[in-house]
Amino acid sequence: MEAKMTIRIDGELVKAEKGSTIFEAARANGKRIPGLCNMTGLKPVGACRLCMVEVAGVNRLLPSCTTPAQEGMSVTIRSARLDSYRKEALELLLSERNHVCAVCVSNGHCELQSLSQELGVTNVRYGYRYPKLPVDLSHPRYVLDHNRCILCSRCIRVCAEVEGAHVWDIAGRGIASMLTCEMNRSWGASRSCTSCGKCVQVCPTGALAEKGFAVEEMVKKFEAVERLAVGRGGVK
Amino acid sequence: MTGKAKVKLATAWLDGCSGCHMSLLDVDELLVALVEKVDLVYGPLVDAPEYPESVDVALVEGAVSSVGDQKLAQTIRARTKVLIALGDCAVTSNVPSMRNTIPVKKLLERVYVEGADAAPGVPKDGVPALLRHALPLAEVVKVDIHIPGCPPKPGAIAHVLTSLLDGKKPELKGLVKFG
Repeated sequence: MEAKMTIRIDGELVKAEKGSTIFEAARANGKRIPGLCNMTGLKPVGACRLCMVEVAGVNRLLPSCTTPAQEGMSVTIRSARLDSYRKEALELLLSERNHVCAVCVSNGHCELQSLSQELGVTNVRYGYRYPKLPVDLSHPRYVLDHNRCILCSRCIRVCAEVEGAHVWDIAGRGIASMLTCEMNRSWGASRSCTSCGKCVQVCPTGALAEKGFAVEEMVKKFEAVERLAVGRGGVK
Repeated sequence: MTGKAKVKLATAWLDGCSGCHMSLLDVDELLVALVEKVDLVYGPLVDAPEYPESVDVALVEGAVSSVGDQKLAQTIRARTKVLIALGDCAVTSNVPSMRNTIPVKKLLERVYVEGADAAPGVPKDGVPALLRHALPLAEVVKVDIHIPGCPPKPGAIAHVLTSLLDGKKPELKGLVKFG
């Protein structure tokens, strides 16, 4: 049996496995921290900034998915202040690209949309950017719509760590960052893609989808891929 | 509200499909209660040529896409106590914003010149000029309450209207979603 440590989450003393992150420790105790990029079985990267938590004695917020829990640590995972920061992060994601829910295949099954609903985002307080972004339809079975991508990198990690193909990467810097297939090839011209579709199933939005689905029809099999990732001995 | 004076309610239809107005009509029996308490003073559902000087609540559907939309939005703001953005087009600019990556001149020529079977030419007389972007209402005027949804659920509209009539602040968390 692995050694346990004791930490405090929202004032409650809980046991956590040594070596676990704050995110994992919370989940193991039935406490959910919101997040869009984390996935059990994949290495955490702290990309979405929605799982930010307050750690007593630290004067800035920390991403719970990449921060190791430590013996005696006191963590706040839900508070009005944290929820207001999370709403801001969601609004920035929504303003950054063209998320037109009404015409999206993932409408009603989208993690960005449902988290916005859960946290009470009724509008975006930032100016929308309306960037002109491409849609890659070159793959025979799947489509990549950059308008809906939040750069969570789940697709990159599931492809590299579980499928072992490493088709995806992020190119560019800052606001110009884009998901890229191999060395900037179109997806259909990829030499390493096995067409397994894991990237599609774990994508939190409608950025990666199967072809042939209309608005609201793309229901993803996230849990199935997550079980596979854990079963292969990935990060628990 | 004091005494027996009825609340003055206006609605407006900017760049949208009128689905939000349909959703407003779908509040069913609440319409009967509203008739008792509310005077509908402006909008596509009534025959009023000018936006009245003093309005209590305005429900505005649609994105701000043209100079005409912009002027009406500014008039509504100046003459209304509580301005509500009704539906995704007013809240996020939604489907109308899908033209925003195309320059206006190119867009109009594609539709009215290249796409015309007869009498090609961009219409100019009697139609307001398009703005560079179709914008959410809040990027043009101050909005007091946002009711997202495409269309917003009748229950959410009903909640906002009944809360306001009772003098309470509506709480939309859990009642609304984008799309």
